[in-house]
Amino acid sequence: MTKIELPSYLEQSDAVRDRFERLKKRPVILEVENLYKEFDTPTGKVTALKDINFKTYKREFVCVIGPSGCGKSTLVRTLAGLETQSSGRVLLDGKEVQGPGPDRGMVFQGYTLFPWLTVKKNVMFGLQMTGHSRVTAEEEAFQWIDLVGLSKFANSYPHQLSGGMKQRVAIARALANQPRILLMDEPFGALDAQTRAKMQAYLMEIWKNIDITIVFITHDLDEAIYLADRILVLKAHPGEVQEVIEVPVPQPRNPDQFLSPEFLATKKRLEDLIHPPKKEDAEEDRINMVRMVPVDDEVESVF
Amino acid sequence: MKQSKWFSVRTELTQKQVVTLSVMSFIIPLLLWSLISYVPFIWHPKMEISEPGAVSYFNKGMLIDKEDFYREVDNLEGTGKPLPKGDPANPVYLPAPHEVAAAFYKAFTTPPKRQEEKWLHESLWDSIQVIFWGFFLSSLVGVPLGILAGTYSVASKLYEPFIEFFRYLPAPAFGALAVAILGIHDAPKIAIIFIGTFFQQVLVISNTTRRLDPSLLEAALTLGAKNVTLLFRVVVPGIITNVYKDLRILLGWAWTYLIVAELIGTSSGITWFITQQARYKNFDNVFAAIIIIGIIGLTTDILLAKLGKRLFRWEKNNAATA
Repeated sequence: MTKIELPSYLEQSDAVRDRFERLKKRPVILEVENLYKEFDTPTGKVTALKDINFKTYKREFVCVIGPSGCGKSTLVRTLAGLETQSSGRVLLDGKEVQGPGPDRGMVFQGYTLFPWLTVKKNVMFGLQMTGHSRVTAEEEAFQWIDLVGLSKFANSYPHQLSGGMKQRVAIARALANQPRILLMDEPFGALDAQTRAKMQAYLMEIWKNIDITIVFITHDLDEAIYLADRILVLKAHPGEVQEVIEVPVPQPRNPDQFLSPEFLATKKRLEDLIHPPKKEDAEEDRINMVRMVPVDDEVESVF
Repeated sequence: MKQSKWFSVRTELTQKQVVTLSVMSFIIPLLLWSLISYVPFIWHPKMEISEPGAVSYFNKGMLIDKEDFYREVDNLEGTGKPLPKGDPANPVYLPAPHEVAAAFYKAFTTPPKRQEEKWLHESLWDSIQVIFWGFFLSSLVGVPLGILAGTYSVASKLYEPFIEFFRYLPAPAFGALAVAILGIHDAPKIAIIFIGTFFQQVLVISNTTRRLDPSLLEAALTLGAKNVTLLFRVVVPGIITNVYKDLRILLGWAWTYLIVAELIGTSSGITWFITQQARYKNFDNVFAAIIIIGIIGLTTDILLAKLGKRLFRWEKNNAATA
């Protein structure tokens, strides 16, 4: 096998470097300071998040990635206010936030549409909660539904929609409230590969055109690189920020970039961070396989 | 197409199979009943006298134990006196299907024996009213309490332990008390149905409420919903189909308390009709009345299921209507 020579993921083209310089001059939307989260379990205290610090700038797209159990879900749920941190602060526009609120929209992996409401009423829900009258809420809802291309389904119930469509409704519902930040917890994790690619394209399109800052949790490396300006890499036990990667792939993104050297270099780096070459495999990860095919079998070896 | 299988684990049957099986579920007991009623050598422990012969105490149409019948026959054998004749018969308390079928018509068309007594349909209407009020009052209080207990730990801890205790007290045990407090007419009967339903209801509904997907609540929170709106806009609509289903099951329980309730104070309703007819040994009428209760129960349930399908159009699997 020929080894492909990849550039360093730290190498940025002038355009990309220039863009990051400008990005970091934008106002800070979300700031996380010394965030700790501990859980009490029967076997003692478990630290899920340890000393998390980061900033997201206006209209930035940040992906959070890490091995399973690194607390990325806990992090985003804490940002949403659905979990309370043990210590540390979450600042939105410089003001500390406590508890959930409509200023931080959230999209869950499990869609969480209200099954008893039609698509239109689902999108209207948040608007009505935040003080819109029925009429204005309905008008706004239609705009958002149109924006995600589901006008024809405005009066359908969630169970009549496909997974991708449901998630588009969930995104429209979260955006309708015009939150300062959109938190997405593995939103495309339950979708098949094709729908997922389509949803990523949709999301990029939405992000480009709307004043929204996105924090996006995923465990899919390609997804993270394809979508993110910067990637926050967490490591597990306890969940700590391992590295913040500035993705050197130029914007705007397109699927052709999946094989570009910058993309692959970033992916290589993420692989190393998330699946570091281990000296010895953990006992429970090993399987005890022995050859169970007769030596004189028609197919002697699969290779 | 693959041959349809009757026995495979958790697999849906075809529509045709479902209909066949549902009809069979009624046909099979009816067949058993017919078998016992119409085949003379199955059971039939009695003899119905067709000719008394020389036995002084035998009358035409009398039912007598087979053992006694044959003893009398043996006694008369050889004396030259006329022998009694009879046909095997079932006891009076097991009428044949056709007799019960006839009683259905007869029970509604026969005037009551005494003037002040009620017709069957009047008795039935009394019973339905007692059930309705007992169940309605219970639900009026029980459903909100259940939802509150399932939503707020404060409510749950405040009254659920007591209700857990109270539900073990058998409702009929409060009969005498209910009469002492509420008099002898419908009020104590309604009270018994209330007691029989209410405590189970609170616990069942609170459990149903707890089963609401918590992520729906979280989603609502991130959309700006707060306490009370959360309760009315998410919790209540989120569980309503399951509550409806619970109520359908609980209504069935309420019927089981009806007979006991109606024996309290002045006997009334369908229970009065049944005991009265049993006293007259009109067991065909008794069976007819019991079957009518079943028919009313099943019909109500089917109607409620249909209604549920209309009300809860968002339900994919129609949990409320299954």
